[in-house]
Amino acid sequence: MARNITYREALNEALTQEMERDETVIVMGEDNAGGAGAPGDDDAWGGVLGVTKGLYHKFPGRVLDTPISESAFIGAAIGAATAGMRPVAELMFVDFMGVCFDQIYNQAAKFRYMFGGKAVTPVVIRTMYGAGLRAAAQHSQCLYPLFTHIPGLKVVMPSTPYDAKGMMIQAIRDNDPVMFFEHKALYDLSGPVPEESYALPFGEANVVRDGDDVTIVSLGRMVHTSLEAAGQLAADGVQCEVIDLRTTSPLDEDTVLESVEGTGRLVVVDEAHPRCNIATDISALVARKGFGSLRAPIEMVTAPHTPVPFSNALEDIYIPDAQRVVNAVKTVTGWSR
Amino acid sequence: MTDDRIVPVTMPKWGLSMQLGKITAWVVAEGDEVQVGDDLADIETEKITGTLEAADAGTVRRIIAQVGEDVPVSGTIALIAPAEVGGDALDAAVLQARAVIDAGVPEDADGGAELQTADVGGRKISYAGAGQDGDVILLVHGYGGDRNSWLFLQEPLAAKYRVYALDLPGHGTSAKDVGDGSLGALADAVTGVLDAIGADRAHLVGHSMGGAVALAVAGRDPGRVASLTLIAPSGFGSGINAGYLRGFADAQTRRELKPVVGQLFADESLVTRQLVDDLLAYKRLDGVDESLHALLDMLLDGDAQRGDSAAALAAVLAAGGGAMPVTVVWGRGDRIIPAAQAEAVTGAVSHLIDDAGHMPQMERPAEVQAAIEETIARAG
Repeated sequence: MARNITYREALNEALTQEMERDETVIVMGEDNAGGAGAPGDDDAWGGVLGVTKGLYHKFPGRVLDTPISESAFIGAAIGAATAGMRPVAELMFVDFMGVCFDQIYNQAAKFRYMFGGKAVTPVVIRTMYGAGLRAAAQHSQCLYPLFTHIPGLKVVMPSTPYDAKGMMIQAIRDNDPVMFFEHKALYDLSGPVPEESYALPFGEANVVRDGDDVTIVSLGRMVHTSLEAAGQLAADGVQCEVIDLRTTSPLDEDTVLESVEGTGRLVVVDEAHPRCNIATDISALVARKGFGSLRAPIEMVTAPHTPVPFSNALEDIYIPDAQRVVNAVKTVTGWSR
Repeated sequence: MTDDRIVPVTMPKWGLSMQLGKITAWVVAEGDEVQVGDDLADIETEKITGTLEAADAGTVRRIIAQVGEDVPVSGTIALIAPAEVGGDALDAAVLQARAVIDAGVPEDADGGAELQTADVGGRKISYAGAGQDGDVILLVHGYGGDRNSWLFLQEPLAAKYRVYALDLPGHGTSAKDVGDGSLGALADAVTGVLDAIGADRAHLVGHSMGGAVALAVAGRDPGRVASLTLIAPSGFGSGINAGYLRGFADAQTRRELKPVVGQLFADESLVTRQLVDDLLAYKRLDGVDESLHALLDMLLDGDAQRGDSAAALAAVLAAGGGAMPVTVVWGRGDRIIPAAQAEAVTGAVSHLIDDAGHMPQMERPAEVQAAIEETIARAG
């Protein structure tokens, strides 16, 4: 029975249900419980924005509070995964991934390949991304393109509470390392979520709005920005088909190509920096495999090639908004040779 | 005072959660004569696209709701009236209706009937009721369906009856465990719901596999079943589209599922993205995959249909001295269980419906409703 819960609650419910189902599932990370300088174990923070709150007491011994040493605890999680556990490690902000990148891209991502399939690494690395929380250049980045680049990693970014729960359950049950991206600005988003457990397969994009005129491909928080733009454009008689990629690795090429075949026009909306991001990747895909369908050049709406600004006013301009998506759609619908 | 010769055409309520519907096209125009069951308008809801059929015959005198307009459930969208009714009376009724549409969904609008649950042998079984008075009707869906299979029928029937629809085990929001996957295990859930609502006697309406389930319930306790309406019931012949059943059970993605689901309908355009997404969300719940495959073993013997519904029906009729009214309804365009199997059903009234596939209760709901009401009338 579906009822409305938040994105944060959906993730918590997924973790709870999987920990109940499978005792090899453990949670670890900074401030998942206690926290440095806290008076004791009872002071369970539940992670910096409260996603794991309550798990510490429900699952004694299976929620591990770690020191602020990402290279140590991410390495430990990956090692535990190869030894039969299913750890869900929380690396607060993706901006901090640099200090433990070797464990992720050169170890976890390679084990299954280098050991001929004899080793599996069922680890989930949860992390927050995205601008909008006034957290400046070192706590606001969208670094999912870096991980999408690496074979051996699955990279997922749910945009709704329903997807968050189903994709977290799939991530935990998956035998490959999964990079699980949660946008900070989505945690309080509410939506219908079944009480029962369910797993959403990776590599299936979601068509969240049907339309014949323009395809908008987006992901994460930008799905909502794109839907807002599509709503405004519909009032002007322009019907946009909005696709939520849901996972960038694996990538559902067919859904994108089939949509562009129908619309002939493509706008890609990506909160990451403009070079070598998901927008360039999707643009290259469509230029190569969908060129015959295109009736206008592809437009990309992205953040600029600059660090996320500290100034509130500049940060607001930095994040792609619905108006920029509307403008891009008007550019492709108004284009003529 | 409104002239009582003016009959309003209202926005239907298709499913418990529906509050608004949007007219996507008018099939009729002002001045057209309509018969009961004629298509009036195409209507889109959050969940589904359907065609509203005329519940009354007469002349369409005024069309009130425009294409693209959101109308609250039960809001008047058109007026049917004889030629003698004057323009002033019609205009007054239009004004009233317009005010309701413009007011939108009332703040205190509830979601209709509450979803209820019964504990049947340790399994949670969900059901929902509508209607205040009259005989009890229990609607039993088919393989892979749920109580929403009846969304075009439950509310219209509720005008005269107390109408319940359940989710069988392994389906909808009921427990996903189907026990041994036998018809008996499913029949237990039906009996359990009858117990929960305190119905000593009920009219059973079963679709496809739900038809065989309804027969099983009647076979165990014929005194409890007042009549049987079987819609494209399973088990009356060996012919069945096994590819559909396996395809439905095995489909993992929207791309795999959509063409499979299309086979259910004569008009495949009824298969909206939302319908496929809802089915996928159901199929992805833990335990559903196992349940659907367990039920396949009960339904299929290789590529042939298992079951002997003809013998089950004969036993039910014999037990009641032939008194129980039984009706079989089949869409002529059924691509899952061939409509020709209706000929093999003895002791029942047959209704074959044009322009319908395996889901006549969704494609031609007014005709199915008429068949159900006619069956109930025969029960006296």
